[in-house]
Amino acid sequence: MIDPRQSLDFERPLVELENKIEELKRLAGGELLAAEIRLLERRAQRAREEIFAALTPWQKVLLSRHPLRPYAMDYVSRMCSEFIELHGDRAFRDDEAIVAGLARLRAWDNQSILLLAHQKGRGTKEAVRRNFGMPRPEGYRKARRLMDLAARFRLPIVALIDTPGAFPGIDAEERGQAEAIAKNLEVMAGLPVPIVAAVIGEGGSGGALAIGVCDRLLMLEFSVYSVISPEGCASILWKDQGKVDQAAAQMKMTAEDLKSLGVVDEVLREPPGGAHHSYDEAAMIVGDAVARHLRELSVLPQEGLLDGRYAKYRALGRFEEPRS
Amino acid sequence: MSWWSRKNKATELSSEKRSVPSGLFQMCEGCGSTLDSQLIEAAYMCCPQCGHHFTLPTEDRLRLLLDEGTAVEHDAELSPVDPLGFRDSKTYADRLSALKKKTGQRDAFRSFMGHIDGVAVSFGVFQFEFMGGSMGSVVGEKIARLYERAREHRCPAVVLSASGGARMQEGILSLMQMAKTSAALGRLRGAGLPYISVLLNPTTGGVAASFAMLGDIIIAEPGAMVGFAGPRVIEQTIRQKLPPGFQRAEFLLEHGMIDAIVPRAELKSWLATTLRLLQKQPAPPPPAASRSSSFPSLPKVSLT
Ligand SMILES: [Zn+2]
Repeated sequence: MIDPRQSLDFERPLVELENKIEELKRLAGGELLAAEIRLLERRAQRAREEIFAALTPWQKVLLSRHPLRPYAMDYVSRMCSEFIELHGDRAFRDDEAIVAGLARLRAWDNQSILLLAHQKGRGTKEAVRRNFGMPRPEGYRKARRLMDLAARFRLPIVALIDTPGAFPGIDAEERGQAEAIAKNLEVMAGLPVPIVAAVIGEGGSGGALAIGVCDRLLMLEFSVYSVISPEGCASILWKDQGKVDQAAAQMKMTAEDLKSLGVVDEVLREPPGGAHHSYDEAAMIVGDAVARHLRELSVLPQEGLLDGRYAKYRALGRFEEPRS
Repeated sequence: MSWWSRKNKATELSSEKRSVPSGLFQMCEGCGSTLDSQLIEAAYMCCPQCGHHFTLPTEDRLRLLLDEGTAVEHDAELSPVDPLGFRDSKTYADRLSALKKKTGQRDAFRSFMGHIDGVAVSFGVFQFEFMGGSMGSVVGEKIARLYERAREHRCPAVVLSASGGARMQEGILSLMQMAKTSAALGRLRGAGLPYISVLLNPTTGGVAASFAMLGDIIIAEPGAMVGFAGPRVIEQTIRQKLPPGFQRAEFLLEHGMIDAIVPRAELKSWLATTLRLLQKQPAPPPPAASRSSSFPSLPKVSLT
């Protein structure tokens, strides 16, 4: 059951119906109760269709940040039969906003992968410890250290993206946030192993891309990915933080938008009502899709893989050039 | 024949702008003294009193760094489009055409092949006055091509950055330019060719977080503001004032993020010397009597 206090305004009517249905189901039911449940289920279905057919881009942003949305480790614990977390950048400290380690992917015949992920914390204490999923340079450098490890041992990389962005703070700047991100972009572009990235929540700009250069980019349907947050965009271009809905719409940051811009390879349908309605189903959807892409990529010769990745990024961008 | 081989409107525009009538004075942001604008201009927009570096127009930048008659502009015909149909208070399309009219340029970056004190380079410079030097598809494409051209001609790449970061109006495509340019740079590095990144004031956001901080050698002009997040964003996040000098070139040098701070007057010879050393090329013959580390005088060439 979803706590209605933790649900978004627009999904609350649905959540209340669903909770009512569950309550009724728990009662030992006669025929009358069963009929009542069927009626409510039809109403819930209709509400779900109505709400989710008409979601605005800003509502999708809110869903991508839903307090109950599954975070990376909720996926890892379901998608992977084994996971050995590896810590630290060997230079400064371990950044818990990024989780990384060796894993076996169930849907890919339990084969070995290197997993990289942003991890938001659930509850105040963990959220603070993980800096709300906003990495500092040492987080990106931990990821880079393990990318090199993956390259040496020929382990494909799976990245789960979910961050508001790289942390903007004095310490992060002192230790070279820009350089840490930049280096990962270059390294990932040349890694001789398949890379599949999936945006499972928020794809916050360079902070997301820094573990997200890949051969295949997947996005859950209510996740978002953008060059700047709608809040940031609204305050710069509209000079008004309140214009987030316009900013979100103008920036074309939903999974469908990114698919039509050619940036995303596959949009993954979420369980009815969104990923937070069923962690198991969401993890199954992501795991199966990642495995399917890994199967395709792992048969490519290394050169073909790298040329393909280069060509993919090289082709991104729209401009005009007169023919000479 | 113009100083470089592609003649366009911008060269004429800025040649008009350049001639500041005598008797104009401006205050130096560095030391507060009131100075004759002509004196500042003669010193390539540096304060003769304290050395404060003002913004240098691109035309002067080219004149300062590239050997006369060697520069050929590339990819100048690339024009931005409006892939998202973006609109805030104005449409992106309108902003672009207004800027084209105002600056004579199509976008925020210019690419050249040329020589720096006799060293052949694939060279590019941001135009901050065009939407804050922001990187969209055109800028990203030009930079990727600049690295590819260096690889093709087996020469070093030199990029001078001055940018607020990725261009919001092209959305995710702007973000992807970070990956695209970094990938192209990786291939240049793989080919064993050097790349020097020069950070001008300011270099932040997606440009800092990609090729600008990826130089084999990274240098900055004195006082240049360089960082991932802009100072305002950081102040809002941590809710405290930033220390003086934060994110300036001197701060970056102290924290080990750049190789050197190079004053404008020495930039050309510094680049040429370093590129020769890196490529194991012999040092040039001993300097002629007239040669010094100070600025070359502004050539009195007509730009038409
Ligand atoms: Zn001064």
